[in-house]
Amino acid sequence: MSTSLAMFLGFIALTLWVTYWAAGRSSGTSAFFAADRRITGWQNGVAVAGDYMSAASFLGIAGIIAFQGYDGFMYSVGWLVAYLTVLLIVAEPLRNAGKYTMADVLAYRLSPRPVRALASLSTLTVSTFYMIAQMVGAGALVALLLKDSGIGFQTAVIGVGVLMIVYVVFGGMLATTWVQIIKAVLLISGTVLLSLLVLAHYEFDLGAFFRAVTHVTYHDPSGQEVTQNFLEPGLRFKPPYGALDLVSLGLALIFGTAGLPHILVRFYTVPDAKTARVSVVWAMAIIGGFYIMTTFLGFGAATIVGRDAIAANGGTNMSAPLLAQALGGEVFFAFISAVAFATILAVVAGLTISASTSFAHDFYTAVLHHGRERSPGEEVRVARVTACVVGILSMAIAIVVGPNTNVAFLVALAFAVAASANLPVIVLSLFWRRFTTRGAVCGLTTGLVSSIALILVSPSMMTIDPPSVTGAARHLIQSAPLFPLENPGIVSIPLGFLGAVMGTLLGREPHAEARYAELLVRANTGLGAEKASKA
Amino acid sequence: MGRRGRGKRDRSEKTPNRDFTPSVAAETDIAPLGRAGAKPPHERTADEEMDVADWDRVAAREDFRALIAAKRAFVVPATLFFVVYYFALPLLVGYAPAVMKIKVVGAVNLAYLFALSQFVMAWGLAAWYLRAAGRFDAMAQNLITALGRRKGR
Repeated sequence: MSTSLAMFLGFIALTLWVTYWAAGRSSGTSAFFAADRRITGWQNGVAVAGDYMSAASFLGIAGIIAFQGYDGFMYSVGWLVAYLTVLLIVAEPLRNAGKYTMADVLAYRLSPRPVRALASLSTLTVSTFYMIAQMVGAGALVALLLKDSGIGFQTAVIGVGVLMIVYVVFGGMLATTWVQIIKAVLLISGTVLLSLLVLAHYEFDLGAFFRAVTHVTYHDPSGQEVTQNFLEPGLRFKPPYGALDLVSLGLALIFGTAGLPHILVRFYTVPDAKTARVSVVWAMAIIGGFYIMTTFLGFGAATIVGRDAIAANGGTNMSAPLLAQALGGEVFFAFISAVAFATILAVVAGLTISASTSFAHDFYTAVLHHGRERSPGEEVRVARVTACVVGILSMAIAIVVGPNTNVAFLVALAFAVAASANLPVIVLSLFWRRFTTRGAVCGLTTGLVSSIALILVSPSMMTIDPPSVTGAARHLIQSAPLFPLENPGIVSIPLGFLGAVMGTLLGREPHAEARYAELLVRANTGLGAEKASKA
Repeated sequence: MGRRGRGKRDRSEKTPNRDFTPSVAAETDIAPLGRAGAKPPHERTADEEMDVADWDRVAAREDFRALIAAKRAFVVPATLFFVVYYFALPLLVGYAPAVMKIKVVGAVNLAYLFALSQFVMAWGLAAWYLRAAGRFDAMAQNLITALGRRKGR
């Protein structure tokens, strides 16, 4: 048995034990959806970080920096600054006025059924697309990391899917939270160790490290040797649309993070708004530290392993594991691989629980059954079934799509939908007295439709591939893109806001305006807020 | 809960309880159908909740408006500041790459230092907000004390 496999199994055993422990402790709706609201500030902060730093961050950003230098680091910056929106605008009012999902805040003074139905649709869209991206990535990665053990893509996808279903169905929010905490601790220790090894390689001389980064040599696709300064911008975002794409990406990150359902539900697991605030600051400390270290991971891989070697051994996503192999040998490679695996598992578990909470709480109970459970515990039963369905569906889609398809655009889509559909209606319902149900419906619809439509005609879907690109790696539509940017945010976010404002201006809703005072008082004082359940 | 025997809930008290599920779950749980007695707080409709606080009266209070004003005075400028500061980075990198390539310390250029400064900015602003929020918490607590009710009731 290989070292990698042993470490994977070790992690699985630990998380299954946590799930068993959590299953024994929790009963009731609040326990399943919100861990009884007894998660402490630092715990939730670490869990938010664990929920957020996906394989796209760990492997993806290290890879982009290793291949495209400084421009990759631009992602790291946006990923942290985005938390200021969460901290200043969303986290505390959400905790004070909501219960289990983001739709709780919207439905507070607006007509619950249409608003919840659309918010649930948007949540499911974000979660499913994000999850498919993670599953395809997970399958490809695990198959690559464990190829000596003979585990293929399909087995890997099914393994990840089954584990995430087990965490969510048996352990609920408590188990999911602890899986995320374990993962975040593993990820941070792996990253610190790897960064220290990179620095040790340069004898702890930062000057020497950055000098090496300015002369990175590799062979371009035509076989020519090039030397480039990786600290300089412009390797990824090129004229004529590069700058606009950067701004568009920034918009999606800054406004999308505060609309990601799996991040928002985390703030319901703490006892009060103050703890929610403290947990965002914890998360910012961890996430910021991690993203600064992506400098060492990415540039270290570019200078120590080299682009050519990474390209020959699995491509961009393998940058961090290959760096670990070069600096720390097989055992460290196995450890970093296990960290990557843990990362994916924690994120998909978080997505699964937010999707199933939203379906059960918003759609099944509120929309289909007018806010009444027909029998006790029905909402949790529905959520458990939904978790199974969502899990099996995303496994099936990931297997059909296959390991070679470019799914990176699904992550961009998730952020774009969150920023264009969710955030405008959350902000307007909290801060605009006049906001109406029609405004929320229009905002959610325009945000959702415009971001999906723009992605469909963006270069992620429409590109003329050279004949050398074959099979699933080819773009779906072989013609010039109608929309020049990879990230639709710069158009779809204003559209989402515009839709919400226009819809509101079409008519007045006295009932919603009358209840604004109540929402304002609740959101800002915590009066009448959901409490932690007594032990 | 202390809400029994008031208003509409009176009638449900008289209906026989046909739901035999033991009510052991947390009070934040959804009330089983047909169970008599008080609903958990989140189950109450707006009408039933009027006794929790007279929201309009609280919203009109001087100290509540001072709290909102203090929060806005911090959050609005802080948000504008970080949005402007953040978008300066992609705009400068995108439209003035020559400036951003100027080396400042050894091989390290302005672009990298500016990106690093974003982390410092984010942490600094978060720490500052944490301090300011302590003040907001105190204001909210005074308000709740003045209302003569315990938080969450």
